[in-house]
Amino acid sequence: MTDTASKDADTDLPQARKRGLVASLELDMRLLGMIGAFIVIAVVFNILTGGRFLTPRNVFNLTIQTVSVAIMATGMVFVIVTRHIDLSVGSLLATTSAVMAMLQTEWLLQIFGFSLGHPALPWLAILGGLVAGTVIGAFNGYLIGYLTIPAFIVTLGGLLIWRNVAWYTTNGQTIGPLNETYQMFGGISGTLGTTWSWTFAVVASVAALYALWSARRTKQGHGFPVKPLWAEGAVGAIAVGAIMGFIWLLNSYEVPQRVLERDFEARGEVLPEGYTAAYGLPISVLLLILVALVMTIVARRTRLGRYIFATGGNPDAAELSGINTRLLTVKIFAIMGFLCALSAVVASARLSFHSNDIGTLDELRVIAAAVIGGTALSGGIGTIYGAILGALIMQSLQSGMAMVGVDAPFQNIVVGAVLILAVLIDIIYRKRTGDT
Amino acid sequence: MAETPLVELNDISIAFGGVQAVDHVSVDLYPGEVVGLLGHNGAGKSTLIKCLSGAYRMDSGEIRINGEPAEINNPRDARAYNIETIYQTLALADNLDAASNLFLGRELTTMTGLVDDGAMESETRKVMGRLNPYFQKFSSPVSALSGGQRQSVAIARAVYFNARILIMDEPTAALGPQETRMVADLIQELKKQNLGIFLIDHDVHQVKELCDRAAVMKNGKLVGVVKVDDVTTDDLLGMIIAGKTPEGVAA
Repeated sequence: MTDTASKDADTDLPQARKRGLVASLELDMRLLGMIGAFIVIAVVFNILTGGRFLTPRNVFNLTIQTVSVAIMATGMVFVIVTRHIDLSVGSLLATTSAVMAMLQTEWLLQIFGFSLGHPALPWLAILGGLVAGTVIGAFNGYLIGYLTIPAFIVTLGGLLIWRNVAWYTTNGQTIGPLNETYQMFGGISGTLGTTWSWTFAVVASVAALYALWSARRTKQGHGFPVKPLWAEGAVGAIAVGAIMGFIWLLNSYEVPQRVLERDFEARGEVLPEGYTAAYGLPISVLLLILVALVMTIVARRTRLGRYIFATGGNPDAAELSGINTRLLTVKIFAIMGFLCALSAVVASARLSFHSNDIGTLDELRVIAAAVIGGTALSGGIGTIYGAILGALIMQSLQSGMAMVGVDAPFQNIVVGAVLILAVLIDIIYRKRTGDT
Repeated sequence: MAETPLVELNDISIAFGGVQAVDHVSVDLYPGEVVGLLGHNGAGKSTLIKCLSGAYRMDSGEIRINGEPAEINNPRDARAYNIETIYQTLALADNLDAASNLFLGRELTTMTGLVDDGAMESETRKVMGRLNPYFQKFSSPVSALSGGQRQSVAIARAVYFNARILIMDEPTAALGPQETRMVADLIQELKKQNLGIFLIDHDVHQVKELCDRAAVMKNGKLVGVVKVDDVTTDDLLGMIIAGKTPEGVAA
């Protein structure tokens, strides 16, 4: 026992160890692995499509296609980390989408006597949808936490129930076109434009650098070891470079001339000679970035997040530590429901209408995204950024194969195989590193 | 002893299905005292103590803390009475680091209400420095720690939060000799600070060494409570196995 104790002391003394490049940068290996996989996929498809995969236009489309699943995947991380599952997210998305569509096209008009196009319509509809999603999610959580029905059963039932509540709500009709302001959350119909996109890039870069600096200062304040300054600088440079590069790419996607002409005509003006405009950062992607930020803070820096991970790691320990794990379950599923409704805004706004089959099979995409992103079904492990990267990887595979012209059945076969392979790689990685 | 007992467990009963796991048992505990709970597996000692720690709810009986009737329905209630438990199956979340485990359920927060990991790690380093100076793995999840290191995290949790009543369920079961020594020293230290400690153990030698009194259970019933200095280890074994209290030693 003395041996192990002194050996532990040795290996953990930061000065006593030669540190490699990766160790000095203190980068997350799993994150690097996923980014590496994503880059490989992007480069391979770019070659196969003759350079069409990495055009600004396709990157733009890829990001807006990923948003809906990615938003839900961040919530699924919490669900899976606490050893639950939610099979009802696709149906919940349909129900909340139906509620929001009905609110803005019928119910609010009947209740308040609003006319179509009233400025409060989209916001009240979104509010109604978010409340509905949160309440339904909390109810699921109540059935699971307090009545101890397994999450698998509650949400399997929910898969049927909410899909058909959506159907009943709209009588199965497609409802649209949705409010124009509302449609701005969908992607191409709502973007920040060049100036605001660059403004965002600068603000985000400053925030990232400030976060790094303040983390370093906190560590120093407590006298903990910090990484060398050059490593800190390198991480900061990578972060700023990634943000700027991403915005530059999105800002390179120019609005087609005929679309500009149409816009100017609609305002009764003539398109000036040589006028160009770029789409820039879509509002839906901005929404995803905000969700990712808030969810990451919740996961890492709040008691709620701490309890979620503690409960996932050892439910008995969490309960014995005085954590109300039942109420925690309600909160987790309420968050999931809220995020389903937020995804419903993006999904229906992107389509510009609510359709009866919206969100079909999304539950599987969302679970797959979380799992590809390193969330362990055995609980206790998972990251928000991982789930978003997982969603991005799946969407890249799907759209890349579609561009290459792979037959639809093969596309799904490949995505399924990748899901299994990703989990296998993760298991092997954890065994090798002894990381649990 | 004329002072008020720290804990009185009066006439506690609890049944699971048809099995009477604890059958009208009464035990008390004074400040600065270690009371050992002995018995075979399934004798009901862990079950009895879980009524005090809030993990189980007793069917009948009464718990008094400092002479006042206490209502303990869950682990949160127990904590409010400064009762801390160190479980046989260590109640640690394996995926979190030592500081997160130490403060689990009672996180330090910054002014903005976010958890203050720096402050928690700093406090953890201080308390661990006292208990186990070799401990250095502050940033690894506790699954990477040895049994003794994990036990020291669990004990640090109780010490840090000023427990007045400490329940230790076989605290040395997973430990090597040196770490067992460390726990024994720690118990002596905690006694001096006037804590009352319930120590659940299989090992009669250990109970004789560490405890002031021993309560022996068999088949859910209390065989007897004795002062350990009045009995031999053979007497204790006799109580555990045969369920007989030696003449004239009942405490």
